[in-house]
Amino acid sequence: MGTWELSAGRPQSLLEVVVLLPASALSRSLDLPAWVLFRRSRPLPPLQDPTMPAPQCASCHKARAALRRPRSGQALCGACFCAAFEAEVLHTVVAGRLLPPGAVVAVGASGGKDSTVLAHVLRELAPRLGISLHLVAVDEGIGGYRDAALAAVRRQAARWELPLTVVAYADLFGGWTMDAVARSTAGSGRSRACCTFCGVLRRRALEEGARLVGATHVVTGHNADDMAETVLMNFLRGDAGRLARGGGLGSPGEGGALPRCRPLQLASQKEVVLYAHFRRLDYFSEECVYAPEAFRGHARDLLKMLEAARPSAVLDLVHSAERLALAPTARPPPPGACSRCGALASRALCQACALLDGLNRGRPRLAIGKGRRGLDEEGPPREPQPSRPPASEPVPDF
Amino acid sequence: MLGKSRLIFPGEKVGCGAPLAGGPSQPHRASPSYGRTPGLLGDSRLETSLGGVGGHVGGAVPPVMFLLPQVLLAWSGGPSSSSMVWQVLEGLSRDSAKRLRFVPGVVYIDEGAACGQSPEDRARTLAEVKLALQTTGFPWHAVALEEVFSLPPSALRCSAQEAAGTEGAYKAAVDSFLQQQHALGTNGVERQSQHCAQDPQSPAGPPTTAQTQALSRLFDSVKTLTAKEELLQTLRTHLILHVARNHGYSKVMTGDSCTRLAIKLMTSLALGRGAFLAWDTGFSDERHGDVVVVRPMREHTLKEVAFYNRLFAVPSICTPALDTKAPEKASIHRLMEAFILRLQAQFPSTVSTVYRWVRVGTGGGGAGGVGPPASSVLEPCSHPRTSEKLVKAPRAGCAAGPRCLLCMCTLDVDTADSATAFGAQTSHLPQMQTPVTQARAAAGPCCCAGMGGAPGCCKREDPRAQVMEQLCYGCRVNMKDLPSLELLPPYILSEAQLRSQRATAEQEIREYLLGDSEDEAGTGES
Repeated sequence: MGTWELSAGRPQSLLEVVVLLPASALSRSLDLPAWVLFRRSRPLPPLQDPTMPAPQCASCHKARAALRRPRSGQALCGACFCAAFEAEVLHTVVAGRLLPPGAVVAVGASGGKDSTVLAHVLRELAPRLGISLHLVAVDEGIGGYRDAALAAVRRQAARWELPLTVVAYADLFGGWTMDAVARSTAGSGRSRACCTFCGVLRRRALEEGARLVGATHVVTGHNADDMAETVLMNFLRGDAGRLARGGGLGSPGEGGALPRCRPLQLASQKEVVLYAHFRRLDYFSEECVYAPEAFRGHARDLLKMLEAARPSAVLDLVHSAERLALAPTARPPPPGACSRCGALASRALCQACALLDGLNRGRPRLAIGKGRRGLDEEGPPREPQPSRPPASEPVPDF
Repeated sequence: MLGKSRLIFPGEKVGCGAPLAGGPSQPHRASPSYGRTPGLLGDSRLETSLGGVGGHVGGAVPPVMFLLPQVLLAWSGGPSSSSMVWQVLEGLSRDSAKRLRFVPGVVYIDEGAACGQSPEDRARTLAEVKLALQTTGFPWHAVALEEVFSLPPSALRCSAQEAAGTEGAYKAAVDSFLQQQHALGTNGVERQSQHCAQDPQSPAGPPTTAQTQALSRLFDSVKTLTAKEELLQTLRTHLILHVARNHGYSKVMTGDSCTRLAIKLMTSLALGRGAFLAWDTGFSDERHGDVVVVRPMREHTLKEVAFYNRLFAVPSICTPALDTKAPEKASIHRLMEAFILRLQAQFPSTVSTVYRWVRVGTGGGGAGGVGPPASSVLEPCSHPRTSEKLVKAPRAGCAAGPRCLLCMCTLDVDTADSATAFGAQTSHLPQMQTPVTQARAAAGPCCCAGMGGAPGCCKREDPRAQVMEQLCYGCRVNMKDLPSLELLPPYILSEAQLRSQRATAEQEIREYLLGDSEDEAGTGES
C-alpha cells in the first residue's frame, strides 16, 4: 500500500522531499512526531504563495501539479513524473547500451526502495527493451532484519509475477551468516568491519544466484546518491583501485564475471522515493543493524550537507568521478581467476575466498589490512578497513 | 636531483638580478645545529630545480647570477604564506648552508572590496601590509582586486614557453641586467620602490570608487557563497598571473599547506572538477603556459606551520576573508573544511590519505610524511620520481583542445544526451520537449540556460550561452549562480567573444583547411 514508512533515528531524505500535498492527506499518512519533523524540515518553494492553488502540471497541463522535481524545479503531476522518470531510465540504458535485447537480467532485490523501484521500472520497460527479468534476493543471515526484508521481496515477486530466487550466505559460504561473522570479529577490540564482509560476500552471492537462474546481466539499484557517497568514501580512504573500477556505468564483465550495471545511476535518491510514493510501491525501509558503525555514514552526512549547500552536488560528484584521471599503477591490475573458486580475482585468491579463509582460520582480519591491500594506508586500528561499498544504507540495497 | 621535476627547462626565459641579502631586519636565526633551514624550502629537490641552468656552482660566479629565475611569492598575510616568505628569507640569507638561488618578489592582493570591508579598514590593513612587506626587503607589489577591471584579455591566454636558445636568453639577461644596474645603481631599496612605481596603480592611491563599486556589485550579484569564493579565487589567480607576467616572473609560489590542499581536493571533487585535481592541487601547475604556479608548502600540515610560526615568531596579518564568520553550511568550502577537520580528529590519517592522491614523493621518504612501499603507488607515469595517483591527463601543448575560459583547463564536457552526469543535466527527452521548453521559459531558474549547448533549448541570452559554452563543467556550475554575466570584468567578456568568433570562423573555413591547423593557430595566438 502507499504507506510512507519512516525509519526512526537517522533522518531520511524522505523528510526533505518537497511534495505539494494538502496537509490533511499528509497528516493521515504520518504519525505525529514524523509529521512535526516533516513540517519543520520542509523548505518552502521560493516562488510559491501558500494561498494560491498549486500550479498546473508542466507537461500535460491538465492535472494539478503534485510535486516539484528536485533537480529542475519543474512542477509535474504524479503520472507525468513517473513517465519522465521511466523515460530517463530508459534513456540511460539505451544510451549506455547496458542491456541488449534478449538479455536475461537478474535484478538484485533486497526489499528496499531502490531495488523495488528498479524492479518496477524494468518490468515496465521490459517489453520495449526486450529483456526478461528474474529477482535474486540474498539472505545474509542478519536476524530481525533480513527476514522482514525478504518477506517484502516475496510479496513483490508474487504481485509482479516475477520468478524469485533466494540465495543464503549460510548455504554458499559454509555456514557463515553475518551474525556469526559479526560475533567472530567483535572480540578484537577494533570496529567490527562487518560491512566489509557483507559487501564482498553479497557480490559473490549475487553472482551465484544470477548463474543459478541463467542470467546474462546483473543489475543493482544504486542511485546517484549512492555513487556520490562511494566516490567520497573512496577518496577519503585513498582507495584508488576501487575508484578506478567503480566509475562509469558499471563493469562490462571481465573474465568470467557477468556484466553488471546500474540503470538508476543518474536518478537522485529523492526522485526514487517520489516514484515509489506515486506508484504506491511496498518496500522495506529500516536500516541494517550494523549500519551505524560503517564509514559510509560519514560520507552520507557529508553528501547531505553538500546537497543542502548546492543542489547539483550529487551529479557534480558523479561527473568528477567519471572524469578522474588515475595514474596507471593506481589502477588495479588486470584480473585473473581465483585459484579456489574460479571467480574473478586480481590476486591468487578472490576477496571472498580470502575473507572466508580468515574467518575459518579464526583470524577474521587476515584479508583486511596493510599487507594484503597495498593501497591501504590507514594506521589507527580503530578505523574500519577499506572495502567494497558496504550495504549500510537505511534502506538496504545491493 | 635533476630530472623531470626540474622547473626550469633549457632555454627558458629567466630574469636576472643579484641574489639579495637578507632584509634590513635580519630574521631571528634559530636554525638546527647543521645550519640548514628547516622546512621544505631547504629541500634539495626544490633548490636544485630552482637553481637555474648553472646548478650548484660554488661561490658567486658572475655568469650564474644572471640566470637566476624570478619567483613571485603570493602572500595573503595568513600563516602559511607568511611562513613561506619567512623561509625564503632564511633560505636566501648568507648564513644558510644551502642557499636558495632565485630572485623573489612578493605580491599581496587587497580583496577588501569583495569581502565588504569599509575603506577605513582597508586602508589600515594596507598600511600594515606595506610595513610588513618593506621589512622583507624583497621587491613587493600590493595590488587591489579592482585591478581586474583593467586587465587585458591576454591574461586569459596561455602562451607557450619561449623556446629560445640558451645563448640568446643569456645574452638578453646579461644586457638587461647591465642596463638595470646602470640605471639604478646597486641600491636594493631604490629598485624596490621602482618596482612599486611600475605598478599600474600607485601604492599611495586607492583604486577608483567606480571600480570598487563595480566589484562590489559583481560580488553582491552572486547568489551563493560557494560561487563567490570560486569567482574570487579565479580573479585572484588571473591578477597574480598578470602581475607575474608584467614583471617577468617565471614562477609563482603559493603557500597552500597540506591540510588546505586536502580540503581543496575534496572541494574540487564536490564542485565537479574531478578531471583537474592534479592541476589544482599538485606541486606544479603549468596550465598557464609561461608562468608556473608552484606549491612548496604542500607537505606541511597547518599544525606544523603553526608550530613553526610560533617557534620562530613569524609575523602574519589577519584579514577577514569572504567566508569569515559564515555559518558552517554556507558554502561547500566551509562544509568540506569542517568535515575534514572533524574527521581528522576521529581518524588522524585522513588529511594525509587525501593528500596522498596528488603527492609527489622522492622515492625513498621525502621531506613530508612516511610514504608507502615503493612498489605500490610510485609510478613513472610522466615523472620518473613521482608517486601520484592522479595525473594531468592531457599533457599536450597549449593549443590542444579547447580550454576553459576561466580556469584554463581542457574542457571536460561531452555532448549533451550522453549517459553521463553531464548528459543527465542537459538532456531533453523527445516527448517532453515542447511543453518543457515552454515551462522552462515560464519558470524561474532554468538549468538549461546555465548549461547551454543542448539541442532545442531556447537560448534566451546569446552572450550568456556563448560564455557558458567555453567553460568547463565546474565553471559552468559556478556561473549558474551568477544571474547576469555583464557584471564580469570586461577582459573575460571580450575574450569570450573573441573565442566564439574564432570558433565560428573556423567552422566556416573548416572544409578548406588542410590537416591539423591547431599548431599554427596556437603559435599565432599570443
